[in-house]
This record gives sequence, C-alpha cells and structure tokens, in this order.
Amino acid sequence: MLRFLARRSLGALVIILLISAITFFLFFALPSEPALMSCGKNCTPDALAVINKNLGLDQPVPVQYWHYMTGIFAGRDLTVGHCPAPCFGYSFSNQQPVWGTIVDRYPTTLSLALGGAFVFLIVGVGFGMIAAARRGTVVDKLFSSLSLIGNSLQIYFVGVIALGLFVSGGLRILDEPGYHPFTENPGKWFMGMLLPWLVLSIIFVANYTRMTRSQMIEQLGEEHVRTARAKGLSRRAVFFRYAWRGALAPIVTIFGIDLGSLFGGAMITEFTFNLHGLGRLAVSSVTETDLPTLMAVMLVGCTAIVVANIIVDAAYAFIDPRVRLA
Amino acid sequence: MTTVTQPGAAGPAPDAGAGPDDAFLSVRDLYVRFGTEDGVVKAVDGLSFDLARGRTLGIVGESGSGKSVTNLTVLGLHDPRNTEVKGEILLDGQELTGAGERALERLRGNKMAMIFQDSLTALSPYYTVGRQIAEPFRKHTGASRRDARLRAIEMLEKVGIPNASLRVDDYPHQFSGGMRQRAMIAMALVCDPELLIADEPTTALDVTVQAQILDLIKDLQQQTGSAIILITHDLGVVANTADDLLVMYAGRVIERGTVREVLRAPQHPYTWGLLGSMPRLASNVAEPLTPIPGAPPSLLAPPPGCPFHPRCGFSGDVPGDRCRTERPELPAGRGAACHLTAEQKRTTFTEQIKPRLG
Repeated sequence: MLRFLARRSLGALVIILLISAITFFLFFALPSEPALMSCGKNCTPDALAVINKNLGLDQPVPVQYWHYMTGIFAGRDLTVGHCPAPCFGYSFSNQQPVWGTIVDRYPTTLSLALGGAFVFLIVGVGFGMIAAARRGTVVDKLFSSLSLIGNSLQIYFVGVIALGLFVSGGLRILDEPGYHPFTENPGKWFMGMLLPWLVLSIIFVANYTRMTRSQMIEQLGEEHVRTARAKGLSRRAVFFRYAWRGALAPIVTIFGIDLGSLFGGAMITEFTFNLHGLGRLAVSSVTETDLPTLMAVMLVGCTAIVVANIIVDAAYAFIDPRVRLA
Repeated sequence: MTTVTQPGAAGPAPDAGAGPDDAFLSVRDLYVRFGTEDGVVKAVDGLSFDLARGRTLGIVGESGSGKSVTNLTVLGLHDPRNTEVKGEILLDGQELTGAGERALERLRGNKMAMIFQDSLTALSPYYTVGRQIAEPFRKHTGASRRDARLRAIEMLEKVGIPNASLRVDDYPHQFSGGMRQRAMIAMALVCDPELLIADEPTTALDVTVQAQILDLIKDLQQQTGSAIILITHDLGVVANTADDLLVMYAGRVIERGTVREVLRAPQHPYTWGLLGSMPRLASNVAEPLTPIPGAPPSLLAPPPGCPFHPRCGFSGDVPGDRCRTERPELPAGRGAACHLTAEQKRTTFTEQIKPRLG
C-alpha cells in the first residue's frame, strides 16, 4: 500500500508538472499582451515596457515558469508586495493574489462536484440495480427508456428548464440556486445546491443506470452466484452480497474515468446557475488573458482529479482482492 | 446386487438398487423445458430414477444430454421465468418440484448440496475461502461467526488442506486448482448434506488430482452415508466411484444398470460409442479411438423415433423403419432403450465392439 501510494504520487507529480508546463507555454503562444490589462486607457509603449518588466514578462518564458512554480512553495516578492506561499501570482483582472480567489471559489465547485457525484452514484446505481432485479418488467423498461432520454439531455437545456419550472415559474418550490458555505448554514447550503446537483447528475445517471443494470445481469449469470444460491442463501443475500459486489469493481473504474467529465460538467453547471466556482474562473481567466489565475485553476483542478484517481485505484484493491497494489 | 423391478408397473421402473420405498431421492417422470427465442428446448424428457442413502449414482452423457439440467432442477436452481418443470422430485419424501423458494433455500446447502465443475468460477473471488465455507453453516445452523469459522477450518482439514487454520483466510485465487476443488467440497459438505450432487467435479483437474478428489468424495461418503449423484462425461470416473449408472442422451435415459453391468456388457449403441471413444491403457496406441459420428441432436427438434438413430451404425439391423418412427422404451431395471433384440445386442457387442476396445 505504501509503495503504491509513493509510486502513484510520484507519477501524479510528473503529470501535474507536465500539464502546468504545457498550459504555461501554450499561454505565451496566444496572441496576447497581459500587460495591457493593467496599463489603462492611455497606454504608451514605454509604460507597457515598464509594466512588463515589473511583472517579469520581459524574461524568457522558462524563467518565468520557474519563478511561478517555485513561488507556489516558497512564496514570491511581486511588485504589489510579498506573496506568501502558496503563491500562485497576482491577478490584475481580479486585483488580488490568485490564491485568495481560489480559496474563495473552490468550495462552490467542490460542493457541486461531490454532491453531483453522490447523487448520480446513488440514483444511477440504485436505478440500475432495481432494473436488474426486475429485469424484463415494466419497471425495467421504464428505467431503460428514462436512461435513453437522460442520455440525450444537456446540462444547459435541463438547467434552464428546471430554473424556469422550480424557481421562477409554475412550481416555486426551490430557492434561487447559489452557494452558501456549509459551515455557516448547512440547510441553506443544501437547498442552494440541490438543483445544480440534480441537473449535473442527470447526464451521468443515465450511463450509470445502464452500466449497473448490465453489470448486475452479467454478475447474476456468473457461476459463483449460482453457487451462492446452491448454498441456500436467499435471493436478496445473493443479489447484494455476491452479484452487487462483482458489479462494483467496473462501476468504480468508470467513475474514475468520469472524474474529468464531472469537472467539465460542473463548469457548465456553474454557468447555467450563475454559480461562482472554479469553472467560471477558468473561463474568465482565458478571456481576460489572466495567466496566474489560469495556471492556478489548472493546477488545482488537475491535482484534484489526479488525487481522486489515486483514491479510486486504492478503492479498487479493497473491492477486488485479486488486485494487488504495487 | 439385486435388481428391483415392479412387475406390471407403468412407465419406467425404479433404478437398480433402490426401490421407491428405501429411496432417499426419487425422480419420477421429470420433464424440463426451456422457452427460448428459437422454440422450446426439451432438456429433460421423462426422466425417472431412485437413489438410496449411501449409494452413488453416475449419470453419463455428452454435453446437452440433460444431465446437468436434471440436477439443477433437483436443487431448484433453474430460472423459473423460462423453465417449465413437470414431474415429481421427492427428497426424503418431500416434494421439491412444487416447493416454495423459502423451503428450497432451507434444503439447499443443508440437506442437499452441490459441487460444481470449475472451482475458479464457481467460488466468488471477493470473499475468503473460509467465509464462503462458513456462510451456509451459519445460515442453516445459526452458528456464531466464531463457531462457523472453526467449522470451516475443520472442514478444510477434513478435505486435506494443509495449514487449514491459516489458509482459511485465503482468497480462492490464492489456492491451486486441486485445493480449490477441495475447498468447494468442504463448502458442499459443511452441513453434512444427505444428498450430494457432484457436477463434473474433476473435469477441470489434472489426472493425479482427479483420483485424489474422487477418493476424497468416496471417503467422505463412507463417513456420512450420504447419497451421491456423480455427473460426468467420463466413464472412467464412474467406473471406480459409482454403484449405479444412467446413460443419458437427448434428455432421456437410454441405458440403465449397475456400473458393473453397463461397463461389462453395455447394450446401447450409444454406450458402445462412449466406450470406444475412451482411451485405455491396455489398448494399442497405434489404433485410433473411434469417436461417435455426428453431433448430439438439437433439443429444439429431436429426431423422430429413436433420437440416436441418425448417428447409430446399427439401425440397419432393425427390421423395417422402426428406429426412425418408433421411440424405443427403456425397460424396467437393467436395460437399454433400443430396438435391437437382446440377442443382437449381446452378439454385436461381443463380436464387433469388444475386440476393438482391447
């Protein structure tokens, strides 16, 4: 287990470094002039040069990259003052150190992604199991058609309809979606996120229902499940203890793969419900050519996905004893 | 060995060695049909046999002859949605074909247990061997987790697993093939079942391990006195292990007798074919084995008359078109479902078949 963690952490570090480097260098390939942002209306070439020098933009790109990356761990002295570690630079478009913005925004995205994942795992896997248990019945067919419909829906479309229906329109049963810190008011946090969670999970629920159903049906046909029945175990015990256990491993694998699209889905959901999370921040940082912010969002998002993947792989070893972590 | 026959009894008579009175398991006119997309499969077509405590019944036949289906039906493990079961299955006097799921659950793994063919797929990879053995014991006896674990260790010792108290916590993939099969036997026997069904218990194992496993099953039977059904396609397995023998073809019994009778003087051309396709140590290596020509018939539309006639080399010896039109009945007790006369069967076997077997 320790060896596994050490090896995977090292690999994760390499991946994160690679992605950060690619992001950084790609940014400078853009036809952009970051200094213009803080130059104001009457910008002269001389003023621009001063700003470039102050921001360190006159240095070669690899050197700038080095300063940015070391700043994360050691802190940096910027023209606007000292930036303590973890320093992700200073954003001129937001007029504050990037780390402050990240700390401000990440709880929204984290709540959205975790809650959404929780909903689609519970609902999707649950529906799939019910469909498998009631295979061939009306219930099964209903879930199968629902999953087909769900699969063809899009977050922004469902989001707008849901907003119109539950918040502003006919059925005013939900609050305006928004982020309220969990630590301040859990109830408000829940109600504010409920609609975004449901909408985000819709595209995933369909897939997980279908996958769980087919995995369960496959497992129920396995010989070890028949053996369990031959031992005198009840249908229920066999269904949950043997078939579901077998179906769990592939579900967890797919979940690991889906983490990336979960983040992407969360981003679209943020726009749909006007939530201020990392996704929104990432998009605005690109349009405003705000390199420090873009880098920070990329690094944080990337680290989150990589770490979640390590957790998923470790979970796999607990589910399937044949898998050995090394 | 006495053959019990019921004079004037309608339909197939009880199997040799066990009358209906002392039969522990009694199967009467069992029909099993599956509905499939292509039509109705007659997997078991009018099967009857009796089995007494302490005896072993071998059931031999090719894949698709209905031998495994019969035994899954006894345990009630068939899929009730597409399977139609007719006939009687009496276990110690209790009717099983109409029994409810709860009643069957109480019997399975307890009074009747099954050993499956491939222990790698038949054991769950997700739980330890010990847990899988202890599970039916807890369910049926209500034992505590601790006692069930001790029982699992005891059973593993009984089936010859060294260091049982350590290996009990291993997962199936950490066992070798032979050890897994032993573990499966331990699992089947954990509640001292009175009926043990072994479905090709040694097919997936190499020859030396095969013999050990068969000896083990025999030994355990002597201790517990349970009745055993041994399903196999290998007459060699049956020869040393079983008392009585059913040869099945296309869902029906086509020859019946004690193992000695059937192997010494087989009467059905299909049984001759099975013997001829089996390698023997004493036979000439240069002489090729003689496989049975053709393939088992489709159970969707079995051939009319004798189901074996399209593959039979002796149907020409039967006058007229009887093999194609008239289904031969299985006589009571020792006998074969074949239109050849008793004399023809005897002379054909001794003159044409036996010399080839060497």
